[in-house]
Amino acid sequence: MWELFILYSSYTLLLLGSFLSLTFGLGLLRFPDFYSRTHAAGVADTLCAALIIFGLSLQSGFNLVTIKLFLILIFLWFTSPTSSFTLASTAYRSGYGIKNNSSKRAE
Amino acid sequence: MEQAIDIILLGFLVVVAIAVVKQRDLFASVILFGIYSLLSAAIFVSLDAVDVAFTEAAVGAGISSILILSTLALTSRNEKPSSHSVFLPLMVVLVTGATLVFGTLDMPAFADPEAPVHKHVAPRYIQDSYQEVGMPNIVTSVLASYRGYDTMGEVVVIFTAGVAVLLLLSSVRHKEDELSNLTDLKHHPILLNVAQILIPIILLFALYVQFHGDYGPGGGFQAGVIFAAGFILYAMIIGIDEIRKTFTPKYLHWLSVTGVVLYIGVGIVTLLLGGEFLNYNVLAEEKLTGQHWGIFLVELGVGITVTATMLSLFLSFSEVRRTP
Repeated sequence: MWELFILYSSYTLLLLGSFLSLTFGLGLLRFPDFYSRTHAAGVADTLCAALIIFGLSLQSGFNLVTIKLFLILIFLWFTSPTSSFTLASTAYRSGYGIKNNSSKRAE
Repeated sequence: MEQAIDIILLGFLVVVAIAVVKQRDLFASVILFGIYSLLSAAIFVSLDAVDVAFTEAAVGAGISSILILSTLALTSRNEKPSSHSVFLPLMVVLVTGATLVFGTLDMPAFADPEAPVHKHVAPRYIQDSYQEVGMPNIVTSVLASYRGYDTMGEVVVIFTAGVAVLLLLSSVRHKEDELSNLTDLKHHPILLNVAQILIPIILLFALYVQFHGDYGPGGGFQAGVIFAAGFILYAMIIGIDEIRKTFTPKYLHWLSVTGVVLYIGVGIVTLLLGGEFLNYNVLAEEKLTGQHWGIFLVELGVGITVTATMLSLFLSFSEVRRTP
């Protein structure tokens, strides 16, 4: 019973992570300007990675693999917000406007 | 299910390859190439070739993207429009492609257990390598012991490539450095703090990969690349001048020679001790201890050469003045 519960919660987490990842991917393609796209990608990186890694660690049980998965998660939580920040900050510093930059992007 | 994953990944690979060819913006091409390498790494994982996947991810998606991007900082960002006709290249590509496809007709089917590759030396590697070499990771035994000649060749190739790039760049080198254009985020607190937390961990992980290669995926090539990546991160965010002071060109050149000499030196020592070239059995009383020592030293040589070459490539790219 307990094992079944663990299995299904793992499936739920994995599916939720994949679904959110897909949504954020859609956002990355459809959002109007650079900053909202970066936002979509950044949120996806942190939230989906967490959901998928929690799902995977439920599958693996508690052993060395789980610890490695959590180390990966911590690494991702450090790096992916930083990289989103770097992207947005660099864009802002090089004078990339917030509104109506679809024409500017084509340059 | 696994077949579906393979097909989807291969499909992505084809799409990315076409996108790279169609892309005129070289920056986007480099990023797409990184995606291409990551997809290949995923395919290798699904083929259970984790060592190869690790190398592909570290080298293809990691360090080579950085090196090509720093090359791109020296040239223009967009591809020049081609003035040639497309007819001749198209013919060459079609003929070569047709020959390759024709060649695949003779190949055994995918995962055929009767294929020559599974009949030749692979059974011996799988059955006897633990008794003969004593490594839990068969890939490391094959790479460093059975096929030690090939790996020596690879190290020499990396060394030669590094020397060639340095020779090419030395003709355009300028005295005054200006890499400040690479990033103006240099002293930003967020980046600085995250880098200060992560760089020691990256270097520690590189050491783990270097010395854990006997037991799990990893080894000198991957560790060298990760080491270099850690130092490059330091150079880009905290300060390239400190890296330049620590790793002067002379020191790096010595290091990359040291790795190759260490590798070949192990071979010469085995010759002097009465064995064949790179036969590590003679290195110690016990056969397996000799193998352990041999593989340890050889992997160390690989790691040193790869680190030094990658780092000196990055540093010399960043030293060249941007062409107008």
